[in-house]
Amino acid sequence: MEKVFERPKSLSDIPLHYCPGCTHGIIHRLVAQAIDELGIEGKTVGVAPVGCAVFAYNYFECDMIEASHGRAPAVATGVKRALPENVVFTYQGDGDLAAIGTAETVHAASRGENITVIFVNNAIYGMTGGQMAPTTLEGQVTQTSPYGRDLKTQGHPVKVCELLSNTGGAAYLERVSVDSVPNIKKAKAAIKKAFQYQIEGRGFSLVEVLSTCPTNWGLSPEEAVKWLRENMIPFYPLGVYKDKGAENND
Amino acid sequence: MSEKVLMKGNEALAEAAIRSGCKMFFGYPITPQTELAAYMAKKMPKIDGVFLQAESEVAAINMVYGAASAGKRVMTSSSSPGVSLKQEGISYIAGSDLPCVIVNIVRGGPGLGGIQPAQSDYFQAVKGGGHGDYNLIVLAPSSIQEIVDIVHDAFDIADKYRMPVMIMGDGMLGQMMEPISFPDADEVKIPEKPYATNGTQLKRKKNIVNSLYIEPSELEKMVFERYERYKKVEENEVRVEEYKLDDAEYVIAAYGTIARVAKTAIEKLRADGVKVGLIRPITLWPFPKASFENVAGKVKGILTVEMSMGQMVEDVRLSVNGKCPVDFYGRTGGMIPTPDEICAALLKMKEGK
Repeated sequence: MEKVFERPKSLSDIPLHYCPGCTHGIIHRLVAQAIDELGIEGKTVGVAPVGCAVFAYNYFECDMIEASHGRAPAVATGVKRALPENVVFTYQGDGDLAAIGTAETVHAASRGENITVIFVNNAIYGMTGGQMAPTTLEGQVTQTSPYGRDLKTQGHPVKVCELLSNTGGAAYLERVSVDSVPNIKKAKAAIKKAFQYQIEGRGFSLVEVLSTCPTNWGLSPEEAVKWLRENMIPFYPLGVYKDKGAENND
Repeated sequence: MSEKVLMKGNEALAEAAIRSGCKMFFGYPITPQTELAAYMAKKMPKIDGVFLQAESEVAAINMVYGAASAGKRVMTSSSSPGVSLKQEGISYIAGSDLPCVIVNIVRGGPGLGGIQPAQSDYFQAVKGGGHGDYNLIVLAPSSIQEIVDIVHDAFDIADKYRMPVMIMGDGMLGQMMEPISFPDADEVKIPEKPYATNGTQLKRKKNIVNSLYIEPSELEKMVFERYERYKKVEENEVRVEEYKLDDAEYVIAAYGTIARVAKTAIEKLRADGVKVGLIRPITLWPFPKASFENVAGKVKGILTVEMSMGQMVEDVRLSVNGKCPVDFYGRTGGMIPTPDEICAALLKMKEGK
């Protein structure tokens, strides 16, 4: 019988630790598929974050480094400068990338560091049990915003793609979602394009993936997808925020 | 060895690193290590090396972590407040068993402190400034030639034991000029690094650089193994200068810059008939315990002199273990004890005041 669906080679054959209904698994798969399709697994080095995806170093079947909280873009910079011919990516959550690691993110983008960042935005700190994230929405209830995020005292959610679109070194920025099959297909294309840009030496590429956290949102997996669609997408519009390839018309 | 050249300590350190096969440098501006980074910025692009001025010391040390993971010889330099910022990264580098060289051109503290020479980061360097059970190899040269020689060895030792090595200097060593010669370049042998995350090329299993072990028994096993390696470092890598100890009735313990001032004091004291010698630790970790144990039963006392409020003196006391009196004299905040001050402190000890 013909095989029509299988595990990507770049995804390790071990159980993932993620909660039921969490979309990290989908995103891992998309990254692994992009690596497979580009035939780069032998020269790819991944950098895992601190947060829910901390064990990503076990899940991707390529050389992996575990970074400290927020520092993945700096670690990736060290690797890429050491090995310019290799493909280097980071996989980071919203607390890691947009709170403790903001400086590393903005400066890696500003330098046009030729790396690819997969940014998983689920508007909450998952691993530590559901605290308010830099991307938590106004009014969203979390463990540390029990009365809902109050913009006056807890500030505004950070829009990463919009912020980075002003950096000179960013070559490709796109926000995607994994809430539906059509959107997953678009996410897959975006992730592959981000790696492709790195291979072509165009500079910093980042794909922000809107993701669910059923456990800490207190919703069923199905309700979580609905919540993402109805609350996150209106505030974090999907689309391309920067594409140097398109600008240069090449 | 190369012909003699006249160089500043910071620049000589940078040149020695390059000659030791270090082609990657990540830093962030801070006084008084400035000339080191400036030298790297000028030289690295000419030799296909990497100089990158990071957005912070935190980022710089994590770039070092990345480059070391990739299997390259890599260095960063900073001064006290900047080295405090690097501690998180240093802990991760130690916990991931990666080699690198970290330079601390120490200045007065705490806080923003000052920019003048000091030795008040001894505890931070030697007792583990970051979190967790780990050690750095800490080298403390006291002349520019010794800086040059030690940098060469620092990279070799770092690779041999897969450990971060710290070179501790201060603004005086960094800024002053002395005639030096460099070891020959063909002496550089960089070992294979099978642990490096440089792409599997589909020829080997994947490598993981990591310090996370969620099973406590596994983490303990890793730390035990690391400490077995530390034991070997303690056995093999202790460096110390013993000066005029044969007939000494008193010993001064001092390292780095202040050991040179102490030597002048020793000449003065000997001219007045006071028999004084010097123990100068060159490795602050591993600490030259044996040198102190050897003199403890023979001499009337040890005076530890530091440019701090007294940090190394604790290791001197531990080594001596009560077998002779240990006194301390120090200036801090960027003040440097003069030979006369050291003579007076020793005579005070001698007279039992």
